Parts: sequence; C-alpha cells; structure tokens
Amino acid sequence: MPKPFTKLSAIAAPIMRGNIDTDVIIRIERLVGTSIRGTLGKWAFGSLRYLPDGAENPEFILNREPYRNAEVLITGPNFGCGSSREGAVWSLQEMGIRAIIGSGFGDIFFANCFQNGILPIVVDKHIVDGLAMEVEHSQGAGRVAIDLEEQTITSPSGKVHRFEIDPRRRAGLLKGLDEIALTLQRDAEIRAFQAADRKDRLWIHFARDNA
Amino acid sequence: METQGSKTQGLETRGRTMLAKIWDQHVIARISDDTDLLHIDRHLLHDLGGSRGLLDLKSRNLPVHNPELTFATPDHAISSAHGRAGTSKTGLELLEGLRAETSASGIAMFDIDEPGQGIVHVIGPELGLSLPGCLIVCGDSHTCTHGGLGALAFGIGSSELTHVLATQALIQRRPKAMRVKFEGRMSSGVTPKDLILALIGHVGAAGGTGYAVEYAGSAIREMGVEGRFTICNLSIELGAKMGMIAPDEKTYDYVRGRRYAPKAEMWERAVAAWRQLPSDTDAVFDREVVIDVAKIIPQITWGISPEHVIGVDGHVPRPAEITDPARRTAIETAIEYMGLKPGAPIMGTPVDWVFIGSCTNSRLSDLRAAAAIAHGRRVAPGVRAWVVPGSETVKREAVAEGLDKLFMEAGFEWREPGCSMCLAANGEVVAPGQRSVSTSNRNFIGRQGPRARTHLASPAMAAAAAISGAIADVRTMER
Repeated sequence: MPKPFTKLSAIAAPIMRGNIDTDVIIRIERLVGTSIRGTLGKWAFGSLRYLPDGAENPEFILNREPYRNAEVLITGPNFGCGSSREGAVWSLQEMGIRAIIGSGFGDIFFANCFQNGILPIVVDKHIVDGLAMEVEHSQGAGRVAIDLEEQTITSPSGKVHRFEIDPRRRAGLLKGLDEIALTLQRDAEIRAFQAADRKDRLWIHFARDNA
Repeated sequence: METQGSKTQGLETRGRTMLAKIWDQHVIARISDDTDLLHIDRHLLHDLGGSRGLLDLKSRNLPVHNPELTFATPDHAISSAHGRAGTSKTGLELLEGLRAETSASGIAMFDIDEPGQGIVHVIGPELGLSLPGCLIVCGDSHTCTHGGLGALAFGIGSSELTHVLATQALIQRRPKAMRVKFEGRMSSGVTPKDLILALIGHVGAAGGTGYAVEYAGSAIREMGVEGRFTICNLSIELGAKMGMIAPDEKTYDYVRGRRYAPKAEMWERAVAAWRQLPSDTDAVFDREVVIDVAKIIPQITWGISPEHVIGVDGHVPRPAEITDPARRTAIETAIEYMGLKPGAPIMGTPVDWVFIGSCTNSRLSDLRAAAAIAHGRRVAPGVRAWVVPGSETVKREAVAEGLDKLFMEAGFEWREPGCSMCLAANGEVVAPGQRSVSTSNRNFIGRQGPRARTHLASPAMAAAAAISGAIADVRTMER
C-alpha cells in the first residue's frame, strides 16, 4: 500500500535531457530476480551514475552535493518513456525520490508512479525550465516546495505555480489508498458484467473450451 | 489512460472511433467523467513479472479472479541457446516460479519446447488468444502489438498487473484518439518497419503520448497481418501505449482456425460482432497525420531514441546546425554515445552484430524477408549474426521451409525462441562499444548491453548489414 503524499519541501535535481527512458532509469539485469525490491536504489540511473569501472561519475548530478539528497526530480520532456518496468519507479523511490516535475511523461511510467505514492507533476515546459534554472542558480540549495492539497509548486525564489491533477489520483495519493482493495469493493459489478458478457461474447470467456 | 490532459471523446451523435467502440464495450463502471473500470479479456503473463505478480497476490491472500482468461509463457529471461543452455540462475528461478504459480492458480502456461511458447506478443495472436475487439493487457509495453488485429491492447506495470490478477479489471483514463493514414504504395525494399520508423521520425518519441493511435490508409489495407503487428508494436516508441488497425477480411483469415479462436457457430457470431468495430466514416479524431508512403525509403536509426531515424541514404546530423540548445545537446550526446561523426553518411558504418528477432520482427514473414537477402551469400567476416524466431511455432514453420539451413549456410546462428538480445534480460548482450543492427524496437542507451550501440532497421536491412559487414542499402541487394 503506498504511503500518503501531502506536502514536501526538498532538494530538487534537474535532469533535463529529453526522452530519458526507463532502461536508462534502471537496467534490465537489475530486475531479473525473485526478490529485487530494496536492492534497486543504488542502481537507479546506473549507466549515467557510474563509470565503466564502477566508480561514481562525478559529472552526474545525483552524485554531487547537495543533489545527492534530492527528493524531487525536475525532468526534460518525455521522461520515463519506453518499457513498462515498474522497477524504474521502485529504483527512484528507493533512492529517495518522492515527486517528479516535467512537461510530459511516458504514459505507463506516469501510471506506475501513482501506484507507488510518487507524485508526477505535469506543468508547461517554461515552468519546468524556470524551476531548473532557479535550482541551478542556487547551486541546488534552493528548495522546491510541493503542496498536493493546494496543487501548487513553490520555486526557490517563492514563485507559486498551480498544477492540475486527476482528482481521483490526488485523493489516492493524499490518503495512500490501495487501488486493489477499492476495486474489490466493486466485485459484484465485475461479476455482473461478466455474467452478461458470457452470453454475449462467448469467444472471450470460453476460449479454453475451443482449444 | 493515465495522461496528461486527456479529454473524453466527441459527442454521442457523431460517428464513433474504433477506440470508443471497443472501450465502451468493456466499461464495467464509470469512475469519473473520463475514467472507467474496464473488463480485461486477456491477461498475458511472462517470466519476468508473472510469478512476482502471482506471489504478490498470494501475499494478499487473494485468488486469481479469472485464471481462464490468463495465459503465460516464458520469453524474457530464458537463454536462446540450444537446450536453453546458459539460462542464468535468476532466470531459472523466474521460470520455475512461473511454472509453480501458474500451475497452482490453474493458469495455462506454454512451456519451453511446446508449440505455444514464444515471445508473448507473437504467441497471443498465433494461438488465437488475441482477437479483434478484445481488451488485452500484459506487463510489457509492447502489448500494443496485438492491436494489429483490431484489439485494444496495452502494457501495464507490476501494480496494475497484480490488480488485474485480483479483479480482472483495471481503472483507466480514456486516451485521446489519433489516426495515422499511411497512403500509397511501398517502394521496393520498404517494409512495415520502415513505415513506422519514418512515422516516429516525423512525430517524435512523444508524438503519440496520451493517445491511442489507429493506423489506416491504403498501405495498411494492403498490408498483411504480420506487418500490421510490426506497425502497432512500435506505437509505444512514439509514446502511444495503444495502437490498432481495423479488422478486415485479412484479419479474419488470419484468426480463423487458430487454437483458441472461436469455431463453427461461435465463429460466425464473433465475426458478425467484429464487423461492427471499424471507426465510422464520420468519426472524429483528436489528431490526424497523413504519411505519403511512396516517399519512404528503407530506414535506419542513428541515435539513442527511435526518433533518431533517417533514410539509409541519409547522414548523421550536425549539431552545429541545430539552434535549439536542448536539442543540440541531446543530439551531441547521442552522436557521442553511438561513436559516429557529425555529417557522416550512415551507409558504410561497420557493424559487429546483427540481431533478427523480437516482438517487432520475428514472425515467419520477417524471417522470409531476411532469408531472401541472405540466400546464397555469406555473413561478413567479424560479424556475428543471430536469428531468433519469435515462437516455437514460427521456428517449426521456418524449419519446415528450410530457412534454418539457409541462414546457417549463410553464416547466421539459428536460435531458440524468446526475447533474447532485444532487451538483453537473459544475459545475451552486445559487448561494450560494439555496434549492432537490430530488428528490435529500442536503441536506448545500453538496451542491448552496457554501452552497446544499436541501429534499428527492418529484417531485410539487418540481413543486408550482416552480409555487407556495414550498414547497407537493401535495395542494392535485392534480386
């Protein structure tokens, strides 16, 4: 069950290159295994974060102070595109990321964030760029504040930007709701749908009898 | 779908899109104006996430809601070597886990060496599990492939996967509808892969974000069903998690007689229902794109996103000529990673590896296209070239035609079905710094192995590169 998200004031790290895909966020070999949860944080952004010899790449922003302690990412367009691997979200979460701001995200990554209590925020590109510039100007010291109740982002200099979010997603994050438990409350509706559909679209429900 | 400013579709009085028709047929309950609880008709599991989801469900003390609508096969983490030699310890654990947990839950699994095993997006249609009008999910972003039959199919993450196991339903926000019309005839050497890569180059890797894409136009109508899978497969690479093509006579001919497809009277009823699915002529789309197919030549990617694509006669971009600083930096990063020179022709770039396979291009027609180029020629010295059929059935059909021998005589390695080197989850990797021409779907940084360099192309182009030892124009090698 995801932890509730209400508000946050934190170090934010700009990762502005476009099309950062989920393969770059977490490499596939880190996800091949039966018990991977809790092992992924140190492998997030592995191909950017480490040099070929395994040492930390000092150029990469999340290896630098104070960005090492970032809880917010400010991202370029189409962050999280590509594979559906939820391990991408888990790895960010395990390294302490709680919110991601960008002008647009990969659709599946975007959905996976909510499932884990991470808040992805979509705002216009000029707001994203402005936040990144302010953060860089303060050399990372300037904190970015996010208030989900009020749907606002406050920049290090105090500029307040309102963001939109699906009300259902907002409520889910604020309360840390478990979507499976909620849907199971509607199980009678699911079963009624299936009972009617079995008469209508037999080929869906009785496929195994055809084989 | 979960995005980012999506709106409900047009007014009730207007014609309806295929998306709206299939969507509405699956609504169990309306959650809000633009979000519905949808029934899932088919849930496909694979080795990488299947057992994890089933164990997650077990830990919640919940049963699988509809095991008869859930099907499994190993593809991601198994070795493609003969006898599956070299499958990693963790890969074997995932395989054993999938066997144990599907068996405990009464889920049909198509195991190694059995007809039915293969890449999950190859076997779904092949077995007649994926059908027109069907709502299909799988914990893999290339689930959009099944849209080639006129299904609504999309990839989901692990949490949603467990949700589907528990409820046979999923809460989704309705995407916007986009139509891409491919009009005109494909020139010689041009394949469905070239069409979809050209589209991604045109609209960009986020051009379809928030949309379900319907592909239409004369080139799609003329195209065989396997080519349509290739088109829909790359939908996610333009940002759209769903892609689809209206079912037609070709679709019904493809589906008829398949193992799990409806038979006899049930078949007649199904086809009658499927004929209602295509978008109405007056349906309104939120975005329309028209592509002139005759202008497309064989495509090849040069960079680290599928949008970094050019015609085979093209050149690596020159960052100095790009004014937007963010774009310039992105292009510079890509050129550096790929070890290319700004402005250099892409043709003639030496390659180390060729991979023919993946859910994009591993079906019989793909193997035939590659074989037509490989026939009677030899893989260039220093190049390793693999052919990994998409499924056990594809493999057997190819062997029956003698394609395995043809490839091996030409110096290709003929392997066992699975995802293999497309995502390198099974340890089959391109070595650091080496260059591959691959028929797969992603040229991301490190996708085929740490620091591996991937160029995406069609099966015929990949075979041409293997023979030439360098990126080559397949049009000069056709007989």
